[in-house]
Formats: sequence, C-alpha cells, structure tokens
Amino acid sequence: MVAHALAEAVTYPAVGASLDVERISHAFDIDGSVLPVLDDVNFSVKPGEFFALLGPSGCGKSTLLRLVAGLEAPRSGVLREDGDPVTGPFPSRVVVFQDPTLFPWRTVWNNVALGLEAQGILKSQRQRVDAALDLVGLSQFRNAYPHQLSGGMAQRVALARALVNDPKILILDEPLGKLDSLTRITMQAEIVALWQRKGFTTLLVTHDVEEALFLANRVIVFGDRPARIKADIAVDRPYPRHRGDPRLAELRRSILGLLGLDATW
Amino acid sequence: MSTYSASKTVALAQSAEEGAALSGRPLSLAFSFPPGGTGVFASLAWVGFGISCLWWPDIGDWTRTHQLAAAAFVMSGAIFLATVAGSRLGRFNAGLQRRAPWLLVSALFLTLWEVATAKFGWLPLPFFPPPQSIIEVYTDDLPKLLDSIIASVKLQLGGYVIGATVGFLTGVSIGWSRSVGYWVHPVLRFIGPLPATAWLPIAFFTFPSSWSASTFLIALATGFPVTVLTWSGVASVSNAYYDVARTLGAKPSFLVLKVAIPAALPHVFVGLFMGLGSSFAVLVVAEMIGVKAGLGWYLQWAQGWAAYANMYAALIVMSLLCSGAITLLFRTRDRLLIWQKGVVKW
Ligand SMILES: Nc1ncnc2c1ncn2[C@@H]1O[C@H](COP(=O)(O)OP(=O)(O)O)[C@@H](O)[C@H]1O
Ligand SMILES: [Mg+2]
Repeated sequence: MVAHALAEAVTYPAVGASLDVERISHAFDIDGSVLPVLDDVNFSVKPGEFFALLGPSGCGKSTLLRLVAGLEAPRSGVLREDGDPVTGPFPSRVVVFQDPTLFPWRTVWNNVALGLEAQGILKSQRQRVDAALDLVGLSQFRNAYPHQLSGGMAQRVALARALVNDPKILILDEPLGKLDSLTRITMQAEIVALWQRKGFTTLLVTHDVEEALFLANRVIVFGDRPARIKADIAVDRPYPRHRGDPRLAELRRSILGLLGLDATW
Repeated sequence: MSTYSASKTVALAQSAEEGAALSGRPLSLAFSFPPGGTGVFASLAWVGFGISCLWWPDIGDWTRTHQLAAAAFVMSGAIFLATVAGSRLGRFNAGLQRRAPWLLVSALFLTLWEVATAKFGWLPLPFFPPPQSIIEVYTDDLPKLLDSIIASVKLQLGGYVIGATVGFLTGVSIGWSRSVGYWVHPVLRFIGPLPATAWLPIAFFTFPSSWSASTFLIALATGFPVTVLTWSGVASVSNAYYDVARTLGAKPSFLVLKVAIPAALPHVFVGLFMGLGSSFAVLVVAEMIGVKAGLGWYLQWAQGWAAYANMYAALIVMSLLCSGAITLLFRTRDRLLIWQKGVVKW
C-alpha cells in the first residue's frame, strides 16, 4: 500500500548523506561520578546506506543517536555529515523516537507540518505535508488528534513528520519497539519501501536482531556499556527480503553468539 | 417496468413512513408521559405559585404582587405549551425535559417563600423580604443597579485582564529562563501568598485613585495563581517535545511559542480559574471599602439603609455575574483545549 502511494507521491532527488563517526566518546555525570557510555566509537556510513546499530539495552545506542542528531555534543571525537562537522540539530538529520511524541494539541496534519512551520516555509509548501501523509497512508486522519490514534498510526505520523523534511539522514531509535508484532512486520516493510524510494541514509537502532537483518545493509553490534563495536556485519541480501532466508538465519545465529545468547537459539 | 418499480418503491416507502408515524404517535405518548408529565406538573406548580400570590392579602405594602402573579401564570403557560408541543421543538424540548424537575421545584420553593414572608410572616420581615419586593428592586431601582453592575464589570475585567496577562508572561519567563527565575522566584514566594486584601489600606492611599488601587489589587489576586501555574506548566513540559522540535529546525522563539506555551495551557487555565475566584473576593471587598461604585458598594449602601430586598437583589445579580464569568472561562478553555480528553464539564 505504501509502495503504491509512493508511486504517485511527489518524488524528490535521492539525497542520502554520508556519516562519519570519528573516535566518539561520551559520558554522563551522575551524582558526581562519571558514567562512561560510549568508548572510542568509529564507523562510517555511506550515502544511502541502511545502517543498523544493535546492542543490549542501556549500552548507549540512544546516546549515540542524540549525538548524531546534534541534540548533544560528544565529550570527544567528531561527527561529520557529508564531511561537515555536526554542531547542532538540523532538519537534514531527523529522528523518529521510540515514543511517537506527537504534540497532543496539534492535529495529525499540523504535527506533520511541524518541521516546515519551524523552518518558516510552511505557507509555500503545504502540499509537502499532504504528500507525506499520503506516503504513510493516513490522509483520512489529517484532522484527528493524537489521542484518537492507535500506536501504529501515531508512529506512522511521526514517520511522516520526519519525512516531510526530506532528511538526508533518517535516524530511527527503536521506532517499532512498542508496537504489536503484526504492526511491526507491516511497518518494517513500509520503512524499507520508503528508504528504497527516497534514497536517504538510514541509521536504525534496534535491539531486535531479526529486524536489523531484515532491514539493513550493514549491522554494527555493540557490547555492554560503555558501548564499543563488537562486530561490523554486511548483510548482502537483495530487497525485498524474506524472513525465512537461510543466510539471514545464519547471520542471526552468529550475532546472538556475539551477544552471548546463542545457547537459547 | 422501471418506472413502475420506481413508483412502487416510493409508494412503499411512503406507506412505511406513514405506518411508522401512525404507530409512533401512540407509542411516543405512552412512553414520553413520565418526562412530559413532569412538565405538566411544573406548569401546575407555577399556576399554584401565581395563585398563592393572589389568594391571601399581603401583610406589607408591596406594589408588584400582581405583576409577579401574572409572570407566574405566563411561565406556567409557556411550560405547558412547550410540553404539549413536545418533540416538535427539537433540542429545546430535550432541554426543557431535562430541566422540568428543576422548574417544578423552583415553583414550589417560590410558593413557600411567598407564603412564609408576604402572606403569613413566618420569617421576620425586614430581614426576609418576599419575592415581589425583590422584583420591585429590579424594576424601580434599575438605573442604580445597572450603574453598579457596569462599574463592577469594568473594574473586575480591567484588573483580571491585567493580572492574567502579567501573570502569564511572568510565569512563562520564570519557567523558561533560569536568570529570570533567580530574581523573580524569591519575590513571588515572599509576596504571592499574602492575601491581596491585606494590601487594601496601603493601596488606597498610595494609589492616585481608589479605582486604580482596586485594579491593582484585583490584578495581584489574579496574577499570583496564574504566574505559579503557568510557571509549573512550562517547567513540566517534557524534554522529548523540545528534542523533537529542535531536530525539526525549531528556533528558541518557536520552542517557547509553539511548544512550551501550548503544552502548559492546561495548567494556565487552572491558574486562571483560581485567579478568578480570588479576584471576585477582592473586588467585593474593595468596592465595599474604597470604591464608591459597583455591586459591593451597592450591598454596603443597602445595608446602611436596612434595604434588605436591595441586598438580596444585588446578591442574585452578583452570583449570576460570577457564574457567568466562570462559564465563559470554561467555554474558552473547552475551545482551546479541545485536544484534551476527559475534561471537567461546568
Ligand atoms: N541524560 C542522561 N543523564 C545521565 N545518564 C544518562 C542520560 N542519558 C542516558 N544515560 C545513561 O546512559 C546509558 C545509556 O543510555 P541509552 O543511550 O539510552 O541506552 P540504549 O539506548 O542503548 O538503551 C544508560 O545507563 C543511561 O542510564
Ligand atoms: Mg534507547
């Protein structure tokens, strides 16, 4: 359905940016003691790549994403978007959080319009909001308020709110983590379709191994906090992928082994 | 063939409609009798009230007894007609049926009041005036009462709007800026909890006029709760909203105007309600003590002349005004906070 809507939607040039994470370390001060969260993390994401970060809960994945988004500055190291250092938030890097965090006082349409409004270009570009809503299949709900939406619909609105800005890097922080498994499967396919169509670079955080393998070109596995890269795995399977693909099952087994969970497999 | 079947369908539909109407009439009579019945009883009760005004002679000298009785009969007739017209009045009818028990009870109360005061004097007289003497105030003392109402509304509105505006702006500034909070917070803690009426004596001789002094006090009484609640509203906005807005390219002004303020609005309204309550109290006291106009002053004046009917009349007007103001605020809130679910209905 999404793929179909995409065919009619306004098409934008493929705009994926590269992302370089160079020797990033970060820590938090908690009650006078220092909690190291990221320890010398290095990797590069190619333009248009679908990149997944996998790791146990609390290891520092969300922290890394906040640094990439520019919401916080790292203690040391540099982040580069297309070679330029990241100094603050910018709508070319948009985050979809685990909670949809829609503004409850705005209708669906006005929530999606948020970015254009904040940048002062809404008046001339209203059709982009309509197109983004079409893209996620929620045009009929344009006048609904967030409390009237289901969890999956709310997360679709959050996705539309991000996509309306034509991001160069889409940052997804466990966006499907709180959804029921059926909605999750549907939305995984939708996200792949959107990514293929638009060509933005995607940085996905997840703790679901299967999800990472189903969606991403490349998967980085973090160990426990402070996060350090344990493995860097290329997933060389064409799209659309099949969940029963034996190659994915094989990769899954080795990743679970890295995380010390292979005994349960 | 097709025309035939079409007309047949129409005929069928028509007869079905008629059937429904026919079977509907006795049905609706049978089932709507209990609510309609209350309407009839209410109508009868108002007739009773009218008769109670005329049946016995007044024990005092009141000029509006006959007009009061006539008004009661008109009321009764209106209720009766509306009840008989029933569902033809649509929404009005639904409202009437809902209020019928109240109409009934008010007529009974008025009758009791009339009998207990004007007819048999069970309640001591100057202190408990009969309904017709209050009507007399509304008709004979109207100009003065209207002047008082206008004076009160002007004073209250001016003070409230100033207080609410200043309180809102202060609250947003404290909630937003640490340095503003540093300077304003201690002042707020020191002065805020003081009842605004405590300032009365000082305010009346430091301000150029009693009117400006009262405006200031009403603004003060309104401003404190509005400030505190706006502040707490702004302070409690989840950081997640700011993060979302910032990644979408929001500047600080956008964060204040389009994130912090809308998110804090439910709190702001709580402050506005509290401010309205305490400013009413200040208004009445200020009018009684310093301002030579308004309903508070009218009350005071009536007391001086032992004009108890005037006091009751003024009290009734005052309560209607206060209730009206609260209703207005509720309406405004329901409009602005339509996105909230499960809000209290006034
Ligand atoms: N703002 C913060 N202040 C203090 N500690 C934090 C803050 N944000 C995250 N942390 C801590 O950093 C660690 C990593 O958090 P996070 O990046 O959210 O993990 P993940 O997303 O991988 O589950 C956690 O132990 C968390 O308690
Ligand atoms: Mg996280």
